[in-house]
Amino acid sequence: MIPAVLYALVGMGLFALGLFALIVHTHLLRKILAINVMASGVFLVLVALAARTRGAVPDPVPHAMVITGIVVAVSATALALALMLRVSAETGRAELPEEPLE
Amino acid sequence: MPWLHWGVIAIVLPLAGAMSCFLWPRRAIPLGLVTALGIVTCVAGLGWQLVEQGAQRYAVGGWGAPLGIDLYADGLSLLMLMATAAVGLGVSIYSIGYFNREKARYFWPLWMFLWAALNALFLSADIFNLYVTLELLGLAAVALVALAGGAEALTGAMRYLLVSLLGSLFYLLGVALLYHSFGSVDIAILAARVESSPAVWAAVGLISAGLLLKTALFPLHFWLPSTHASAPAPVSALLSALVVKASFYILLRLWLEIFPPTSAVLGQLLALLGATAVLWGGLQALRQTRLKMLIAYSTVAQLGYLFLAFPLASITGWTGALYMLLSHAVAKTAIFMAAGNILYFGGHDRIADLDRVVQRLPLTVTAFALAGASIMGLPPSGGFIAKWLLLEAAIRSGQWWWGGILILGGLLSAAWVFKVVGYAFTRSRAPHESRAVPVGMEWSALAMSMVAILLGLFASWPLALMEIGLPFGGKGAE
Repeated sequence: MIPAVLYALVGMGLFALGLFALIVHTHLLRKILAINVMASGVFLVLVALAARTRGAVPDPVPHAMVITGIVVAVSATALALALMLRVSAETGRAELPEEPLE
Repeated sequence: MPWLHWGVIAIVLPLAGAMSCFLWPRRAIPLGLVTALGIVTCVAGLGWQLVEQGAQRYAVGGWGAPLGIDLYADGLSLLMLMATAAVGLGVSIYSIGYFNREKARYFWPLWMFLWAALNALFLSADIFNLYVTLELLGLAAVALVALAGGAEALTGAMRYLLVSLLGSLFYLLGVALLYHSFGSVDIAILAARVESSPAVWAAVGLISAGLLLKTALFPLHFWLPSTHASAPAPVSALLSALVVKASFYILLRLWLEIFPPTSAVLGQLLALLGATAVLWGGLQALRQTRLKMLIAYSTVAQLGYLFLAFPLASITGWTGALYMLLSHAVAKTAIFMAAGNILYFGGHDRIADLDRVVQRLPLTVTAFALAGASIMGLPPSGGFIAKWLLLEAAIRSGQWWWGGILILGGLLSAAWVFKVVGYAFTRSRAPHESRAVPVGMEWSALAMSMVAILLGLFASWPLALMEIGLPFGGKGAE
């Protein structure tokens, strides 16, 4: 049981770390990476908690969820990167403005 | 099982429509319109089915709940589907005139994907499937916002995407904890097994935080005004009318079915935030100089009303909140359409320079005023019925102060509606170039505002439909 809980805690740590980076950094690429770190954290929690008892076969359902989640994360990242390129082409900077544009 | 046809088709049809619009961009408009009519027919069929047979559950592919994915339809999902169908049909017709050929070939596939995601979301019976539909919805919505082009819309879309992904990840982490605790993601099974534990409370917190961020409840509304204001008008209408309501629907569904019954403190907190949203959104709306920004802030305020039902926890209160959701969806669509017409006509949406727009776009200003009456909550509009129900629930539960918020919010809405209508009558200093607005855009705005009024005159039908399957009957019963 211990390793599974350890992995889950690491997953939570990644989630918190990603959230921190998402808030602190201004460059969009760093924000997108932060979101991906957060997603990996959630996936780690899902995979780790699938092992309910030591030695038993892990529950396959969370693994299926993680695969779905990865597909979603990949497509979201692709969209985010494309948007980031357009934003930097349009405004000259890959950052979000602090104040709304007038 | 005959229900299979309607519910499943309502999801598959827009997906097929999206693909065909994408593959044949020259035929995107007729293909999209045919699909829209098809979806409306499906929703009507599903409604008829539910009236005849009560709430329906359907196992997709014949796989049952623990392993497979179930679809579930009751009065609550039906009304959400109907609101989507009504707004969707209106926006589809409106967009024919609004978008040029180049933009239309991108708009239609994305809009059909959005519609598919909405229908799937309202029919989902498991919390993981809700996550998937939430993401589908978010990605389609972000792409639609970016459709406007230009720095403002692109940064709006980027911010929206980050917020949307963040909200979804919080939700997914909550789902992971719930699955770990109870070994299922099916709402009905979870409802039977759920009990209070630290893991459940963490899950409730994470899921609520994620969904509130997506619903833009004060103070998590920071992303909404710029995003909704910078999108193309039909997209703004869809975002304000439907997309923010989708995450509210999930929250409401989970609150009614899964969340432990001892969440009274959380309910009070949500209502407090909702009340602040009503006042803050109303005041900010009054301060805006641009019409679409004003309407976007009004959405922040109107979303606040929905949360006033949580501490009341009575059937009347929930019904009022749902009715508020419906009438706001329709009225806000009409208002954004009207704003789109004004923007199309004069090339700008500065409120002070509206320049006697009432003489040149009488239908549009009528639509704006009628929908504004529903937003204010004047009888006989849908907004009035909703506020009446909420007020009744507030007084009956002895929490009359929430009723005061309803009245203050109504006054603030009245102030901005009259401000805009006032400028529509006055001459501005610098007359400007104008171009003719397509007839379809004016009439669809007027039709949506008529629906907002009719929701008040024929309130008994939607209220009766809400009873199907007693969505508020369980924990909400007094």
